[in-house]
Amino acid sequence: MTQRFRLASGGLVDRSRPCAFSFDGRDLQGYAGDTLASALLANGVHLVGRSFKYHRRRGIFGAGAEEPNALVQLETGARTEPNTRATQIELYDGLTAASQNRWPTLDRDAGAIYNVFSRLLPAGFYYKTFMWPRSWWLRYEHVIRHAAGMGQSPRAPDPDHYAHRHAHCDVLVAGGGPAGLTAALAAARTGARVIVANDDFEWGGALLREAVEVDGRPGLEWIRNAVAELATYPDVTLLARSTVFGYFDHNLLGVVQAVHPRASHAPRQRLWKVRAKQVVLAGGAIERPLVFADNDLPGVMLASAVSTYVNRYGVAPGQRAVVFANNDSAYATALDLHRAGVVIAAVVDPRLDPKGELPTSARAAGIEILAGHAVARARGGKHVESVLAGPVDNGFVGAAQRELACDLLCVSGGWSPAVHLFSQSKGRLRYDERITAFVPDVSAQAERSAGAARGLFSLNRCLADGAEAGAAAAEAAGCRRISAAVPAALEVADDPMLPLWDIQSDATRTSKRFVDLQNDVTARDVALGVREGYRSVEHLKRYTTLGMGTDQGKTSNINGLAILAALIDAQIPDVGTTTFRPPYTAVTLGAIAGPEIGAHFDPVRLSPMHDTHEVAGARFINAGLWRRPMVYPRAGESDPDATNREVLAVRRKAGIVDVSTLGKIDVQGRDAATFLERVYVNRWRNLAVGKARYGLMLREDGLIFDDGTTTRIGEDRFHMTTTTANAGRVMSHLEYYLQVHWPELDVRLTSVSDHWAAVALAGPESRNVLAALTMADVGTAALPYMGYCEAIIAGVPARIFRISFSGELAYEINVPADYGAALWNALLDAGRAYELGVYGTEAMGVLRIEKGHIAGMEIDGRTTPDDVGLGGMVAADKDCIGKPLLARPALRAEDRKQLVGLVPVDGRSAIPKGAQLVVDPQRAAPNPIIGHVTSTCYSPTLIRPIALALLQRGRARHGEKLYATSPLSNTVVHVEVVPHVFYDPKGERLRA
Amino acid sequence: MKYSLFSLARNALSHHERWPRAWRSPPPKQFYDVVIIGGGGHGLATAYYLARNHGITDVAVIEKGYIGGGNTGRNTTIIRSNYYLEPNAHFYEHSLKLWEGLSADLNYNVMFSQRGVVNLAHSYADLDNYSRRGNAMRLNGIDAELLTREEVSGMVPLLDCSSTARYPIMGGLLQRRGGTARHDAVAWGYARAADAGGVDIIEQCEVTGLRRDGNRIVSIETTRGVIRAKKIGLAVAGHSGHIAGMAGLRLPIETHVLQALVSEPVKPVLDTVVTSGAVHFYVSQSDKGELVLGGDLDMYNSYGQRSNLPPVEHAVQALLALFPSFSRLRMLRTWGGVMDMSMDGSPIIGKTPLDNLYLDCGWCYGGFKATPASGWCFAHTIANDQPHELNAAFTLDRYGLGKAIDEKGGGPYPWVH
Amino acid sequence: MLSIPCPYCGPRDVTEFSYGGDGNVRPPTGPDAASEAAWSAYVYLRANPRGVHEELWQHSAGCRRWIRVTRNTLTHEMHGSAPARASAAAS
Repeated sequence: MTQRFRLASGGLVDRSRPCAFSFDGRDLQGYAGDTLASALLANGVHLVGRSFKYHRRRGIFGAGAEEPNALVQLETGARTEPNTRATQIELYDGLTAASQNRWPTLDRDAGAIYNVFSRLLPAGFYYKTFMWPRSWWLRYEHVIRHAAGMGQSPRAPDPDHYAHRHAHCDVLVAGGGPAGLTAALAAARTGARVIVANDDFEWGGALLREAVEVDGRPGLEWIRNAVAELATYPDVTLLARSTVFGYFDHNLLGVVQAVHPRASHAPRQRLWKVRAKQVVLAGGAIERPLVFADNDLPGVMLASAVSTYVNRYGVAPGQRAVVFANNDSAYATALDLHRAGVVIAAVVDPRLDPKGELPTSARAAGIEILAGHAVARARGGKHVESVLAGPVDNGFVGAAQRELACDLLCVSGGWSPAVHLFSQSKGRLRYDERITAFVPDVSAQAERSAGAARGLFSLNRCLADGAEAGAAAAEAAGCRRISAAVPAALEVADDPMLPLWDIQSDATRTSKRFVDLQNDVTARDVALGVREGYRSVEHLKRYTTLGMGTDQGKTSNINGLAILAALIDAQIPDVGTTTFRPPYTAVTLGAIAGPEIGAHFDPVRLSPMHDTHEVAGARFINAGLWRRPMVYPRAGESDPDATNREVLAVRRKAGIVDVSTLGKIDVQGRDAATFLERVYVNRWRNLAVGKARYGLMLREDGLIFDDGTTTRIGEDRFHMTTTTANAGRVMSHLEYYLQVHWPELDVRLTSVSDHWAAVALAGPESRNVLAALTMADVGTAALPYMGYCEAIIAGVPARIFRISFSGELAYEINVPADYGAALWNALLDAGRAYELGVYGTEAMGVLRIEKGHIAGMEIDGRTTPDDVGLGGMVAADKDCIGKPLLARPALRAEDRKQLVGLVPVDGRSAIPKGAQLVVDPQRAAPNPIIGHVTSTCYSPTLIRPIALALLQRGRARHGEKLYATSPLSNTVVHVEVVPHVFYDPKGERLRA
Repeated sequence: MKYSLFSLARNALSHHERWPRAWRSPPPKQFYDVVIIGGGGHGLATAYYLARNHGITDVAVIEKGYIGGGNTGRNTTIIRSNYYLEPNAHFYEHSLKLWEGLSADLNYNVMFSQRGVVNLAHSYADLDNYSRRGNAMRLNGIDAELLTREEVSGMVPLLDCSSTARYPIMGGLLQRRGGTARHDAVAWGYARAADAGGVDIIEQCEVTGLRRDGNRIVSIETTRGVIRAKKIGLAVAGHSGHIAGMAGLRLPIETHVLQALVSEPVKPVLDTVVTSGAVHFYVSQSDKGELVLGGDLDMYNSYGQRSNLPPVEHAVQALLALFPSFSRLRMLRTWGGVMDMSMDGSPIIGKTPLDNLYLDCGWCYGGFKATPASGWCFAHTIANDQPHELNAAFTLDRYGLGKAIDEKGGGPYPWVH
Repeated sequence: MLSIPCPYCGPRDVTEFSYGGDGNVRPPTGPDAASEAAWSAYVYLRANPRGVHEELWQHSAGCRRWIRVTRNTLTHEMHGSAPARASAAAS
C-alpha cells in the first residue's frame, strides 16, 4: 500500500530510508523519522483502538505524550509491550504493532455491545449492582476483569536490560523546545554543568510543528544550530528520547532515557537520577480538546497534532477539514492544511469577531470562518464524515445547524501549561483567567518554569523567557552571568480565547460528549457524579475515573474541572486541581528497577571458605544475605541421613563447621568493660583477661535483643560476637549508645566480622585434632572451658576460643579471612586420623537443640531472659540497657511462656514444625493455644524426635502431657514436657 | 434510594437524572452527642455502627478535606486476617467476617474480592514461621493452607519459581478468604449508610484546636466554627500525633510515609494477592487491570504525602525479582500515604487519659482491612465507655505495662513494623 | 530522595543513612533513673511534629557517625545538622 496521505515534500522524515512495518497484520511502509502514528496516518489508517469501557472506535488524536487513544501492543513474544502510545513510537524497519482491547478484530469488535447498553452503565454503576447473590461477586468480577485491562503483559522474562546512572549538575533543563534550548544555551554559556532532557527524538518541541522563523531564519535551522552549539560545551549533556518523569525531594529528578541506537550489549533504557542545583522546567503546554457530541470519532484530532503531522512528518491526516477552535492558535493549523492542499471546509469559532493576525491571514487565504459558531456534533459511522455547526449561545447550539462535510475535524479548546513536574516539586499553582489554565506560582524547590510551561504561548516570548531562566538558574547555581543576544521571532498579535467547556444541543441526550477519551468519561457522567454528591474533584475523579487513564488526564483535566465548576456554581480555581503524581508519563518497570534484579536483587555474602564447601558438595541455604552450607550429603544420601551422620560424627569423634558469618566486634578502650556492663545483662568487669563469657543483650523495652560470646583478649580489649542475623543491628545499637548517650566513655568499636574466618571444631577428639596443628599447649589446664589463647595453627596466627555451641568439647578458631580455606583444609587433614567430619547448619541446629541452646526461634523479639531460662544471668547489682523495663509486671507474669523441651510420648512421632500446643486437639475453634514449638528435630544422639517449645508456665509443667498440633499438616502428636536441655545437662562434656 | 439492578434500569429511563445524593452535606450543628474527627473509612464506619449497633444517631463525622481522601483512598486494598498473635487474629477475623457481608449490609458494592492472599516462603525459616502462624490461625478459626512450591506456581503462573532465583520460592501460606476491595467505595458506602442512619458528614472542616478543661475536651475548634460534643472520637491515622497534641497528649506513634504504585492496566495476569516478607513487598492486580504494588516506608518521620524514588525502586525490583515477565510494563502512578506507625506494629483503639476523648489510631500499614472491625469496636468503646472484648488488648497504656502486641517481634522502633 | 547534610562528609543521599528517630529522647538519669514511667516515656513516647523535628541519623554506609539533623517533616526543608553527641553532652 502506498503512503496515500504523505505530502509530496516537507517534514523531517527521511524519504530515502523507508521502513516496512505491520499493524494488525497489514504490511505498511513509512519513513525513518516517522512515529508509528504519523506512518499510520500517511497510509490513511486512523482507527487504532477501542475505548476502555464502551469499546467505541478510536483514532489517533494527538501527536505526543498527551495521546489518549492510540495505544498499541508493540511487538510480540518476550519483547511485547502493551499500551504504547503510537504517537511516541519512533518508527523502525520491521516494527510490528497491533491494536488492543478488541475481539476478534478491531473493525468488528464484540465488545461494542457495551456501547449498546451504555445507558445501563453510567459512572459508578458497579457500586450500585452486582451485589446479589452475595457470593457471586467473584463471578461478576471474572467477567469484568477480562473486559477491563488494556494490552497484554509479556509472559516471558524481559530479554533486555536496563541501566541506572547518578548525575549531578548545575542546571537541569526539562524540555528541548524553544524555551528549553534557549535556557540550556544561556546556562551553558556561563560554563555551568548542564543536562538537557528532551522526551522526543527530535529537538525543537513546538517549533517542529510551526512554520515560523527565528532570527530571520527557518525555525528548523535555528534548532540545528542551537543543538550544535550545545554539543560543543564539554559540560553539557544532551539527552534526547529522555523524559523527566519525576521531581522528588531536594531537587532530585528522575529521567528515563531510551538508548538509541541500540547495540546488542547496550541497555534498552537508562534511568538517570539527577541531583540538580537548579532546574528549568520548559515542558511546554498541552492543547485541550472541546467537548461536544460524538467528539470521539476517528478523524477528530487536536489541531496542534494536525500541524505536527503536516509540518513535521509531511502527512495530511485528511482531505477536507473543519477546524473548531475557541482561540487563535488553531488558525495556524488551518493555514498549514491549506498550504498542504487540504480543503478547509470552515473554521468554526465561538468568538463573534476573531480578528487576530492568524484569523486575518486565514480570511485572506480564502478560508471561511464561522464566527460565533460551535460544532454541536460530529457525524459518521466509522470515521468523521461531517459536523453539525451552528450559532452558539452560552454553550448551547440551537436547532439552526449547518452540516459541513469533512474527513478531518481539528479541535482546540486552548492550552494548558504542562505544570506536572512543577506540581510534583510541591510548587503552588495559580489559575490564570487569561488562558483558563493553571500556571506555576510559588516555587517550593530550586526551580523555575519557562516558556509555554508557565503560560507564555508566543514563540518570541518563549525564546526570551527561556534565555532568562537559563541565565538566572546558572547564576543561582553559582556561575557568572554573561550577557548574550537573545533569539527573536515575530510577535503575532492574538485575540483572547473564549472559554467553551461543554457544548450542548438537542443532541445532548442521545449522544455522548467525551471529557476523558481513554476512560470513556462523558460530560453526563460528570453531571451524574455531581448529582450524587461526588463533588470534590478527587471524589469525582475516583467515581467517574476521569483522568485515571494511562494518559493521566493530560487532555481532560481542565475540561473536567471546568464542567464540574459550572455544575456546582463555583469558579475553577475554587474547585482546585487534582494532584499531579509522578511519573509524568508512564515509565518502564525494568528501567525503574535497573540492574538490581534477578540474581542481583540483593547481594550474596559468601564465607571465605565458600569454595571449599562447594567442592565438598554442600547444599546451601540462604540465611539473610549469607549463603551457608546446610548439609554435606554423600552420593545417594538423603539430607536427613546426612544430617544425622554429621551430628553423630561430632558427638562421637569430631566435626568442623564454618561459623564465619557470626558478627564480630572489636571493643577497645579504657572503659570497654564498663561499656559491656551497660549493654549486657551480666557482669564483665570481673572477667579475667583470656576468658570468654556468654552475654545477653536486651532491647530498651527489656526483651532479648541478641546473644553471643565475648572474650577479654586484653585489659582494655574485648572480642564480641553477635548472632549472624543481628550483626549489623548490634553494631549500630552500640554505636548509638556510645556516640549519642555515653560520649564520655573511652571506647572504640570496630566491626571485624569480615576480617576473621571462623571455624568451630567440636567433639571429643577435637583437642587431639587441634594439638596436631599447633605447638601451643591446648590442654585443659592451659586452655580450660571458656578460655582463650592466641597461637599459630597450621602456620597461621589464630585466636582460639574454647567455647561450645554443640555441647561437646569444642574450640572456635579465628584466622585472618584469607587464611580461612587454609585452616579448613589443615583441620580436615589433621582430622582424618580422628574421623573428623564436616557439618552444616542443619547438624549445628540439631546439636544445639539437643543441648537446649537458644537461637532465633526462641529469641523472637517477644521473650525475656527468664522466659528462656536465663533469668539468673541478669545481674542484680548493676544497670544495663533494658533492665528498668524488664521489671514491669507483665514481663514477670506467672503465665508467660517459658522454654521447655518436648518429647513424643510414643518416642517415635516427629514433632511438626510450627506446631502449637493445646490441651485438647479435638476442641472446636477457637482452641486455646498454650504454647508453641520453636525448634524441632530428630535427635540421632537420643534416637528420638525432640523439640524446644515456649509454653505457658512451662517450667512448672515438666512431666505434663500435651498435644503438639499442626492443623496445616493434619498432624497431632502427644508430647511430654521435659527440661529443655536434653543432652549432658551437667555440662561435663564441654568441660572435658 | 436503594441501589439495585431495578433502580439502575429505572434510572436509565430517566437518563440517570434522578439519582439522589449519596450523602447529605449539612452545615455543622453546635452540639452533638458524639463527634468523630476524621472522615476516613474508620471514622465513617464508627459513625455507622454507632447508629446501627448502639442507636446513637446524634453524630457528626468531621473531615478536613473530602471523605476517604487519606489512607482510605491511598492504600493497596489488601484484606486478610492471617495474624499470629491472638488479639490481632480475633480482631482481624471479625473484620474479615464483616467484610464478607459488607456490600449487602451497606447496599453499596465495595467489590470485596476473595481472591486469596499468598505469603511467599523463600527459606526453611520462612516455612517454619508460616507453619507456626498458619497453625495458630487454624486453631483460632481462621482459614489457612500451607502451599508447596508447585501449588504456588499453579496459582501464580508468572512467578519465577526456579531454584536459581535470588529468593527462591519454597512454598507459601495461603488465606483463601483474603483478597481486595475497592477502597473508595468503602468510604462512600459507609458514608451513605451512616448518613441514612442520621449521621452528619461534614467535609472541608478542619480541626484547629481542642479546648480542654481539666480532664475533658469541652469544644472542638474547626474551620467551620466551634463544635461541642459529649464524646469525641479521634480516627485520623497519619495525623493522630498532631491532633492528640492539641489535647496535650504525646503518643507512642511516629508518622511515616508508605509508598505505593500502580502499573498501566493489562488484561488479567495475576489472580491472587502475593506478598513476600523477605523482600518487603506485595502485589495484586486491580479489577481495572493495574498491578498495585506496595513497598516500604520512607523510614523517617514524614507528613510529606508524596512519592519517593528509593522505596519505589525497591518495590519494583522486588516485583521483577519475583515476576521477571512484568519488566516491560510501565509504572503509571506513584504516591505516598501518611501512616501512624505504632511502637509495636499494632493499633490503639480505646480510651485516653481524658474522660471524653477516645482514640483509634496506630494502624501502621494495616488500617484498610481493619475498617469494619475498627468502626465496630470503636463505636462500642465510645457507646459503652469501655472496650469491646476484641479491642480490649489494644489499649494506649499497654506499652507502659509491657503488654505490647508485637507481631513481628521488632521492638519499640516504629519503622521496623 | 532526601539529601542529608552529614557534618563530617557533606551532603549525601538518604540511602547512605539509617534513621534513629526523635533526637530528644534520652535515658532517664538522676532521680528519674528509678522511675518506670520515665523509662517508658523514653522508650515509647515520641515527639511527632508536623513541622520542625530534631532527629538522629546514622551515616551507616559512610562515616558510621550518628548525627543530629533538624528537618521539617512536612516540607523536608533541612535546618542543619550536627554531631549527635554535641547536644546530648550539653544537656
